[in-house]
Amino acid sequence: MRKLIFAISALALVTSAAFADPIADRQALMKANGKAMGVLVPMAKGEKPFDAAAALAALQTLNDDAQKLDVAVHFPPGSETGGETTASPKIWQDQAGFQAALDKFKADAAAAVATPPQDAAAVGATVGALGQNCSGCHENFRIKKG
Amino acid sequence: MLGGIGAAAFWFLTEPRTLDEAKLAQLGAGDAMRGERIFWAAGCTSCHARPGSEGEARLELAGGLQLKTPFGVFVSPNISSDPEDGIGSWSVEDFANAMMRGVAPDGTHLYPAFPYTSYARMTPSDVADLYAFMKTLPAVAGKAPEHNLSFPFDIRRGLGLWKLFYLDDEPVVALAADAPENVRLGRYLVEGPGHCGECHTPRDFAGGTDKARWLSGAVAAEGEGVVSNITSGEGGIGDWSQSDITTYFETGFTPEFDSVGGSMAEVQRNLARLEAADREAIAAYLKAIPPHPNGYPSRTAPAS
Repeated sequence: MRKLIFAISALALVTSAAFADPIADRQALMKANGKAMGVLVPMAKGEKPFDAAAALAALQTLNDDAQKLDVAVHFPPGSETGGETTASPKIWQDQAGFQAALDKFKADAAAAVATPPQDAAAVGATVGALGQNCSGCHENFRIKKG
Repeated sequence: MLGGIGAAAFWFLTEPRTLDEAKLAQLGAGDAMRGERIFWAAGCTSCHARPGSEGEARLELAGGLQLKTPFGVFVSPNISSDPEDGIGSWSVEDFANAMMRGVAPDGTHLYPAFPYTSYARMTPSDVADLYAFMKTLPAVAGKAPEHNLSFPFDIRRGLGLWKLFYLDDEPVVALAADAPENVRLGRYLVEGPGHCGECHTPRDFAGGTDKARWLSGAVAAEGEGVVSNITSGEGGIGDWSQSDITTYFETGFTPEFDSVGGSMAEVQRNLARLEAADREAIAAYLKAIPPHPNGYPSRTAPAS
């Protein structure tokens, strides 16, 4: 009997560790998005030379992250506070709105990868369109907490 | 008897004070094209556009945005050119008194949720230009709901006393006589139409800005969260270059390519509409102002 209880506890512990940290996971995804933008924005502004391969790789990162983002996985109940999260309570108060914003990001990121930019001006247009997803979501669903 | 004297003193002290003849004489004819620059710099749409509207619809200044504060809920009014429900029947003098002294055409005080404490530092000719531009915007029917404030803040007359302490059209940050021209322009844009201090400066118990901690960030007026420290002090933007700041105004991306959020997103959209020289001036001023540590409490450690 004790072995069974021990086995179940160990299993539960391992399982909960596997789902441990939606906050850290979503922050890591967002930081990766930022790094990808860090490749694209200087190209758009002419500060760095246009590089089709690097631009495509950055857009693929953004798209991979967008498709990975999942409200149930990354914004489950219980993850409203903790860590250094800047998630706004509105994510859980307006779940339909948040899902809609996320779906728009998935669609825009997929479109950007489907027709990758071929010059600096096109990178600018792509950055503009994707950037609106960043600020649009952050405007409503992110809150600086000190 | 003493009560009567007290009441008379109160009445005298709280008398609405409108612009004097000399200031009114500087209004001039007003130029709508110049006024458009002031419109975006002053961020009128951030509060007065219909909540949730986008694009061209932002020019329909229907009001209706709720600002939940410790004093109650303020609701932004309709300031479209509609003569019944907006300000279409206001003269340019009426408009200037509202903008620069917080006095309505009927002589009552306006609440400083409308940032006339900053707009007071504008030049009369910029105010007249803004008036001319706003005349070109669509008329929108329908008044917005009234404010819902707790006692005694619902007594408008009391604002006359508040203004004696907090309404001041002098510059906040003293600049050296040989300060560069664009820092002076930046000071005008930030302390005047930009009204950045209204969100980015901590407020005292009476709701007035604490000028000793100018632009050091604050607890957000609406609900939760904080507003950033934009001085070079600890926790601020000391490690941002002037070019980092103008890039942020133009694109919404920080030097780490984090993206603007919260109420600043709309401000950034307005800043992106300005000329580059105006953004550079604002950035130059921000690099020149005295550094302060954060004007808001640090985040408490998360419970483990």
